[in-house]
Amino acid sequence: MEDVISVLITTIRVSTPLILACLAGLYSERSGIVDIGLEGKLLGSAFGAAVVASLTGNVWLGLLAGIGVSMMFSAIHGLASINFRGNQIISGVALNFLASGLTVFLGSAWFGRGGNTPALSGDGRFYGIELPFARELAGVPVIGPIYSGLLSGHTILTYLAFLAVPFTAWVLWRTRFGLRLRAVGENPKALDTAGMSVTVLRYKALAITAVLVGMGGAYLSTAQAASFSREMSSGRGYIALAALIFAKWKPWPALGACLLFGFLEAMQYRLQGVELPLIGAVPTQAMQALPYILTILLLAGFVGRAIAPKAAGQPYVKER
Amino acid sequence: MPLPRWVDVILLPVLNVTLAFIIGGIVVLIVGENPIEAVRIMLYGAFGYGYGFGFTLYYTTNFIFAGLAVAVAFHGGLFNIGGEGQAYVGGLGAILVALAVGGLHWAFALPLIIIASALFAGAWAFIPGYLQAKRGSHVVITTIMMNFIATSMMSYIISRILKPENINSDESARIADVTRVPFLSEWIPLLRNTPVNISFILAVLALIGVYILIWHTKFGYALRTMGHNGTAARYAGMSNARLIMVTMAISGALVGMVAVNDTAGAHGRLILGYVAGTGFVGIAVAFMGKAHPIGVGLSALLFGVLYQGGQELAFTMPAITREMIVTIQALVILFTGAMSNMLRRPVEFVFLAARQKEPDPVAQEKGA
Amino acid sequence: MDTHTENVQRPVPAADTSLAIELKKINKSFGPVRANRDIDLAVTRGTVHGIVGENGAGKSTLMSILYGFYHADSGEIVVNGRPVVIHNSSDALALGIGMVHQHFMLVDNFSVIENVILGAEDSALLGPSVDKARRELQRLADDYGLNVPVDALIQDLSVGQQQRVEILKALYRGADILILDEPTGVLTPAEADHLFKVLKTLRDEGKTIILITHKLREIMAITDTVSVMRQGQMVESLVTSETSPEQLAELMVGRRVLLRVHKEEAKPGDVLLDVNDLVVTDDAGTERLKSVSLKVRAGEIFGVAGVAGNGQSELLECVAGMRAAKSGTISISGHDVTAVNEDSAAMLRRNGLAHVPEDRIRMGLVTNFFEWENAILGYHENYGKGLMLDVKAARAEAQRHIEKFDIRPANADLKTANFSGGNQQKIVLAREMERDPDVLIVGQPTRGVDIGAIEFIHNQIIKMRDAGKAILLVSVELDEIRSLSDRIVVLFDGKIVGEADPATADEGELGLLMAGVKADDKSKSTESSQ
Repeated sequence: MEDVISVLITTIRVSTPLILACLAGLYSERSGIVDIGLEGKLLGSAFGAAVVASLTGNVWLGLLAGIGVSMMFSAIHGLASINFRGNQIISGVALNFLASGLTVFLGSAWFGRGGNTPALSGDGRFYGIELPFARELAGVPVIGPIYSGLLSGHTILTYLAFLAVPFTAWVLWRTRFGLRLRAVGENPKALDTAGMSVTVLRYKALAITAVLVGMGGAYLSTAQAASFSREMSSGRGYIALAALIFAKWKPWPALGACLLFGFLEAMQYRLQGVELPLIGAVPTQAMQALPYILTILLLAGFVGRAIAPKAAGQPYVKER
Repeated sequence: MPLPRWVDVILLPVLNVTLAFIIGGIVVLIVGENPIEAVRIMLYGAFGYGYGFGFTLYYTTNFIFAGLAVAVAFHGGLFNIGGEGQAYVGGLGAILVALAVGGLHWAFALPLIIIASALFAGAWAFIPGYLQAKRGSHVVITTIMMNFIATSMMSYIISRILKPENINSDESARIADVTRVPFLSEWIPLLRNTPVNISFILAVLALIGVYILIWHTKFGYALRTMGHNGTAARYAGMSNARLIMVTMAISGALVGMVAVNDTAGAHGRLILGYVAGTGFVGIAVAFMGKAHPIGVGLSALLFGVLYQGGQELAFTMPAITREMIVTIQALVILFTGAMSNMLRRPVEFVFLAARQKEPDPVAQEKGA
Repeated sequence: MDTHTENVQRPVPAADTSLAIELKKINKSFGPVRANRDIDLAVTRGTVHGIVGENGAGKSTLMSILYGFYHADSGEIVVNGRPVVIHNSSDALALGIGMVHQHFMLVDNFSVIENVILGAEDSALLGPSVDKARRELQRLADDYGLNVPVDALIQDLSVGQQQRVEILKALYRGADILILDEPTGVLTPAEADHLFKVLKTLRDEGKTIILITHKLREIMAITDTVSVMRQGQMVESLVTSETSPEQLAELMVGRRVLLRVHKEEAKPGDVLLDVNDLVVTDDAGTERLKSVSLKVRAGEIFGVAGVAGNGQSELLECVAGMRAAKSGTISISGHDVTAVNEDSAAMLRRNGLAHVPEDRIRMGLVTNFFEWENAILGYHENYGKGLMLDVKAARAEAQRHIEKFDIRPANADLKTANFSGGNQQKIVLAREMERDPDVLIVGQPTRGVDIGAIEFIHNQIIKMRDAGKAILLVSVELDEIRSLSDRIVVLFDGKIVGEADPATADEGELGLLMAGVKADDKSKSTESSQ
C-alpha cells in the first residue's frame, strides 16, 4: 500500500509540468495556432526561472521570469504565425532549437558550469505545502495516507496545475472568451465578419499559453529539481502535445492522459535496478524510451480519427 | 503581388540569413565578445589553410546529406525532424557491415556500407512515414519521438553489445584500415590530417541526384503534387500513402549517408552520440536553401564554415561555444522558414515604387 | 403552382426616395488589378436592389468595402444621409449594415444560438446572453418567418436553414440594411422561393435589401432596381420592370450573348458507362448515395440535376475512382471499374475515363504549378520512359492545349494561380478532353466562369458528345442541365427521384423533384421545404 501511495505521489509530481504544458497547448490549439514549440518554452522558462531565482534568491521572481521567457517565445511564435503568416510548425521547431542553444550558451557564459545554473536553496525554491490538518489526519486508516501522504505536501504549482483543469473547462464553455476562442479555432472568418479581431484573440490565447507553460518550466527547475541543467525538458513538451491530441483537445481527458504519462515516468524510477520475473533487470535505456514509445503508440492507435480544431495550423488570410 | 523569381529565390533568403546572423552577432555582444572579430577568426579557421578547409568540407558533407533529407521530404509536404535519429541508426548498419566484411578492400566494401546505412536509416524513417500514411499520426511528433528512442536504443546497443572488452569509452570496435572509406588526403596532400573523405564526392552526386529526382522524374512530379495539394494528387490517381512512405524512406536513406562519412570514414568506428546535432543542422540547411539542391549545397557550405570556424573560435574566445552555432541555426530556421514573409512587405514596397508606371501584362490578359 | 420565377407582387416605389446607401466614386485596387473603378451607387431605403455582373466584375469587392472588410482607396460612403468611414465590420454593424455571405460564416459544431450570439454577447458569462438570444430569436421567427431549431448544431441543419441563421445573425444585431451575396446558389428552387418571401416581408417592414447575384431570373423576379457591373465599373442602373434578361446580359458582357447553346439531335450508341445500385458513404460513414443506377451511352449527354449536397459529389468521386463504393458496380465498356479505395483514379483513367472535377482549385489543379505541369496532371506517367519525366514533351502538350482552347495568357511557364477562373477551367477541360476519353464526367463546368467562357465550354462539351463520347454532366445550374443534356435525372438525398426529357421537361416539376417533393405531392410543396 505504501508502495502504491509512493508511486502515486511521484505520479502527481511528475505529471505537473505535463499538465501545465498540455493545458497551455490546449489554449493555443483551440485558437488555431499549432504549438510545436511547447518544448522550447518549457526549457526556456526553466532556465529563466532558475537564473532569476538564483540571482535574487526569490523563487517568485524566478517564476515571473520563467513566465516572461515563455511570453517572449510566444510573442515570436505569434509574430511568425499570425502577422507574417509563416508556417507554424517550422516556427515551433526553430524556437525549440533556439531555446536549446541559448539556454546552454547563456548559462555557460554567465555561470560557467557547462550550462547548469547554481543550486537553489531556501527561498529560491518551491517546497511542499502541508494541507490543513494533514498532520492530525496522518494516522487515520485509509483517509490518512491519502490525505496526508498523497494529496498534501505538493508545491503550490502542482495544486494550481490541477485546479487549472476545471478552470479551463469553465472558461471554454461558460464564458464569452471561451466561446470566441473555440470559434476562432474552427472558423476565424465567423469572428472577423462579426467585427472581432482574430489577431487579438489569438494573441490572448498565446498569452495564456505562455503563463501556463511558464509555470511548467519554472516547476522543472525550482520545484522538481533545484537548478537548471541542459535539455532538462527531455521531450516533455512533445509528450504534452501527444497527450493533448489523445485527449481530443478537452481539459479533463488531458488531465487523464498526463497522469498516465506521469505514472509511466514514476514507474521508471520505481523499477530501476529491480529484477522482474522472466525479464531480469530492465535496462535503464528501455525505461527511458518508454514514454516516447507510448507517445507513438497513442498517436498511431487513436489519433487517426481525432478531429482537430478546423482552422488549426492555417494562417488567417482575408480572401480576395 | 508577384515579385520576380530571383527575389524569391535569392534576395529574400539572403536578407533573412543576414538578419539571423545580425541577431547572432548581438547575442555574441551580450556575452562580451566582439562579433566582427569573431567572424574574422571563423573565416580564417574555415578557409585559411588546407587543414581548416578539409574540416570545412568534412562538415559540409554531413550537412549536405542532412539537408537533402529534409528537402526531399519537404517537397512532399512532410517535415522530417528525425534526421538525428535516422543517421544514428544508419551508423549501426554501417558498422555491422564494415565489421562483418573486415579486411575487404574499400572499393568493394563501400557499396555495401552505403546500402546498409541507407537501409537502416531508411527503415527508421519509414516507421513514422508508415504511421502518417496509414494512421494519420503527425510525422513531426513521431520523428522527434524516434530520435529519443534511437538515443536510448543505440546507447544500449553500443555500450552493452558492440563495445569490445578492452575499451573504456562507449564505442564499437574499429574498422580495418583497408575497409574504411579513404580520406581525400590520399590524393590531395593539401588536405592531409583532415577527415574529409570520398563521401564528399558522394554528397555532390547526391545533390545532382536529388535535383533530377525532384524535377525530372515521375516520382518527383507526384511528390511535388502531393506536397502542394494532396486532394489533387488523389484526383490524379497518385497514392498519397505510398508516396509518403517511399519519400520518408528516401529521406532517411539520404541522411543515413552521414554514417558513411563518419562511422565508416572519419571515425572508423561507431561512437556513442556521434551524430552530434547534424540532423538538426540539416533542417536549417534545407530551409535556408529553399529545399533546392543548389541552395542546400551553398547553405551546407555556410554551416560547414560556421562549424569549423567555430572550432577555431573556441580556442580564442572560449565564451562562444557549440551552442552558439545551434542558436544561429535556430535563428536561420526561424527567419528563412517561419518568418520568411517578414521582409516581403518592405521588399514589395521597394519594387512597387520602382515599377509604378509600367503596364502589367498579366493583369491585362486576365480579363479574358 | 409556385415556381421559381413567379412574379412577386411589389408596391410602386414611394415618392419619398431618401437613400439608404450612396456610394460615390469608389476605387479599390489589389496590386495591379483595379477591382472597383469610380463606382457610383444609390440604393433607396425600403427597396430590394440587385447588383449583377460576371465573376470578377467587382460586385463582391464593392460590398466588402461597404461591410468594412476592405477599405476603399478613394471615394465616399453615405449611409442614411450621413457620410461615414467604415473601418471594420463592427462599424458596419453599428451603422445597421448586415451581410449574409455566399459561403456561410458559421461555426459548424456550435449551436444556432451560439452562432447568433458570437460577438454580440452581452456579458463575460454566457448564461444571460443565451437567455436573451432565445427570446429575441423567437420574436424574429414570429415577425419574419425565420424558423430554425435554435439548439441544433449548424452541421445538422440543411443549407436553407443555415442561411436563415446567417440572416438572423444580422437581424439580431439590428441590421436594417441587408446585403446578400449570391444567396440562392445552394438552395432548391422552393427554398429560394421561401427566401424571397422573407425578403419581401423584410422590405415591406422598411428594411433595405441589396442582392448580389449573377442569376438574371432572380433579378427579374425579386428586385425593384438593378445595377450592372462590368470589369470593375458600374455600367448602368435601371428599374427592373423596365428591362429584360437579354438587355442585362448584354450590359454585363458588353456584347450580344447567346443564352442558349445550339446543338444537333443526339445520336446515342452503345452504353459506355453503366452504374448499378451504387451506394457511397462519405468520410464520416454516412450514406450519401443510396443505390443509384444510370446508363450513359456514346454520343449522349446525361445530365444529373439537383441542389448541391444531395450526393452529386460522392457520385462523381466514386465514378472517378477517388472514393470507394460501399456496394454496387460501375463498368466502362463492359469492364468492371468499381473503385475499391480512394486511390483508384489511375485505374479509371486507364479504362478511358476523364474527369473534370466540381472544384478545380481543390482537386483539378495545383495552383502553385506552372501551367504546363497542370497540363499533364493525372497523366504524367505517359510522358517519358521508365522513371524519367519528359519535360519537353509535356511542355509541347501544354502548348497544344493553349492554342486549341485559346487559353490566356498563352504562357505555359506561368504559375496557374495567375490565370483567371475561366482560363483555369479551360486548362482542366483541355487536359481531360484531349485525352480522347470514352467517358467524360463533368461537375459544375462553368462555376466561377465568366459568360464569354461559358459559351466556349458548353460548345466544347457538345463537340465531345458529337464525337461519340459518353458524357455524365452534373450541375446545380438547372439552366445548364436543360440546355446541354439529352436526358435528365434529378438527384435528391442520394437517390434518383425522377427522369425527364429536356425537350418537354417542365421546370416547375423539376424544381419540385429537386426539393424532394414527389410528383403527386404538389399540394404540400411550400411548407415541406424544411
